[in-house]
Amino acid sequence: MNIDPEINPEETDMTQTQIPQLAKNNSSVRLAQMQMFSADSYATLVAAEPAIITSHNFSLFYGDKAGVKDVTMDIYPRSVTAIIGPSGCGKSTFLRSINRMNDLIPHTRAEGGLMVNGINVYDKQINLVNLRQQVGMVFQKPNPFPKSIYDNIAYGPRLQSVKRRSDLDNMVEQCLRSAALWDEVKDDLKKSALALSGGQQQRLCIARALATKPKVLLMDEPCSALDPVATGRIEELMTQLKDTYTIVIVTHNMQQAARVSERTAFFCLGELIEYDLTRTIFTNPSIKQTEDYVTGRFG
Amino acid sequence: MANQTPQSTKVADFDRPLLLTPGQDWGNYLINILGQALLFLITSLSVVAVLLIFFFIIRKALPFFLKHGVMEFFTSTAWYPEGSPAEFGAGTLMAGSLYVTVGALLFAVPGGILAAVFLSDILPFKARQIVKPIIEILAAIPSVAYGFFAIIVVAPWLQKHLGLVTGTNIFNASLILAVMAVPTIISVAEDALTAAGRELREASLALGATRAETIIKVMLPAAHSGIIAAIILGMMRAIGETMVVWMAAGNASQIPTPWWNIFASVRTMTATIAGDMAESPEGSDHRLALFAVGLTLLAFTFLLNLASEHFLGRSRGGGKGRKK
Repeated sequence: MNIDPEINPEETDMTQTQIPQLAKNNSSVRLAQMQMFSADSYATLVAAEPAIITSHNFSLFYGDKAGVKDVTMDIYPRSVTAIIGPSGCGKSTFLRSINRMNDLIPHTRAEGGLMVNGINVYDKQINLVNLRQQVGMVFQKPNPFPKSIYDNIAYGPRLQSVKRRSDLDNMVEQCLRSAALWDEVKDDLKKSALALSGGQQQRLCIARALATKPKVLLMDEPCSALDPVATGRIEELMTQLKDTYTIVIVTHNMQQAARVSERTAFFCLGELIEYDLTRTIFTNPSIKQTEDYVTGRFG
Repeated sequence: MANQTPQSTKVADFDRPLLLTPGQDWGNYLINILGQALLFLITSLSVVAVLLIFFFIIRKALPFFLKHGVMEFFTSTAWYPEGSPAEFGAGTLMAGSLYVTVGALLFAVPGGILAAVFLSDILPFKARQIVKPIIEILAAIPSVAYGFFAIIVVAPWLQKHLGLVTGTNIFNASLILAVMAVPTIISVAEDALTAAGRELREASLALGATRAETIIKVMLPAAHSGIIAAIILGMMRAIGETMVVWMAAGNASQIPTPWWNIFASVRTMTATIAGDMAESPEGSDHRLALFAVGLTLLAFTFLLNLASEHFLGRSRGGGKGRKK
């Protein structure tokens, strides 16, 4: 196994303390820029940061059929980007291309560029292990391993050869706290993860994804199997996490996209129809098809 | 509005009547009862058959145990049913069954589980559709054909290349039994691994695990109940098999010396029953002793069956728990 320098036990503490500082720095930068630009220039502001994920004419084919066609869009760090659209429109396909999960499906082929942090993820030289550790994923259906809560969280760090009990303990606590689950499970970390409720399981999956110290978190309809209360908790969690992580969420729920995201992309039939600030997409979209979809006339 | 009882007004013309006529309701009731009775009867027949088998074997085995006691049968290694005085120590027979069964499992379990992993996790779906039926054909070959193969091909090969006195021995029988047990093990273990699900596999890979790590740390532990059940089912196949061990194990009622000599000939419980049945007069102690052997064998497989049901139930239960 490769050992990512970042999870070196000695350095662990350092990175952890750096995160809030980074966030602070970032907000001060934002403040400075806010003063530079005029009042209603949040768009310009976010775009002033370089994109962390850049898709350039990216297409993904299943056999001969294109799942995603010619998508060009930039995703910005430390914000939530929502992808909406009718079923079968390629949202999930696009999301799963970012960490190469589509590799599991036979006969897939990618064209164009899909860059994460300046590297094309479909490069032959790509290190899939490091890519997936740093681009984490949360799935539609909560999928905890049939192991204890502790072992679920420790799975990723253990793969990276973190062995010291105290390091693992710290990491488990920290991730569960970040996922707002610590207070509910701290007394029975040895309990099977399958004994948790659906909403708790999904937060456990988020905590598990955070344990590999990702920079980007991909969420594939993370609330579609949950009730409104659990959904609310996950959305709250997303707004907390976006200070540290880049979140890309695929959702069928347009209200959810409106509530949690800064930017929204509308996909239809494998193509990106419109991509803009969430506010603009929902109040003043420039394309008729988008307007029909978000107002419920279509889809 | 809310307080009003629903009115029975006719609003539309329904072409087909919504109520059964008096003749129809009785007819339906009768068909229902008869159908249930028929299905119950057919299902009971197989249960009754099992109970009857138990009953008749115990009826024959009990007089033997009453006359000769239990101690000699289970602890002595002298099996001379036609000697005078006759001796009925089934120790060698039980040891023989144990040797070939354990030997078969040593071959079949690692091979079967690795093949199941290969089928479920590595082979593309289309190739699996071709390979799995071919493996299952192995289970359909008559055991006498396997026995023939053991005598004609394996035994001379062993004799020639390993310089053995006889090619029909524990090793030969275990090898052939393993080939016969492997399809069962592969099939059940593969089902368990597939049932563990794509979700878990994706979860593990998305956390940066390699395919090998995913299989070893997630898939095999998640499917362990089903895999244990697969092993027990394979074991039952091996312990109950008669024709192959009769033909390939050498039929010498002895305990191998030294104990690890896998090229010694042995005689199993099943082969003894099949071989001696024709030579023992009806009602003789010899015949009754064979029933005692049969009862022992039945008890073994019954316990193994209970164990496999337990583990299969657990693996299904686990699946349900996860979906919830």
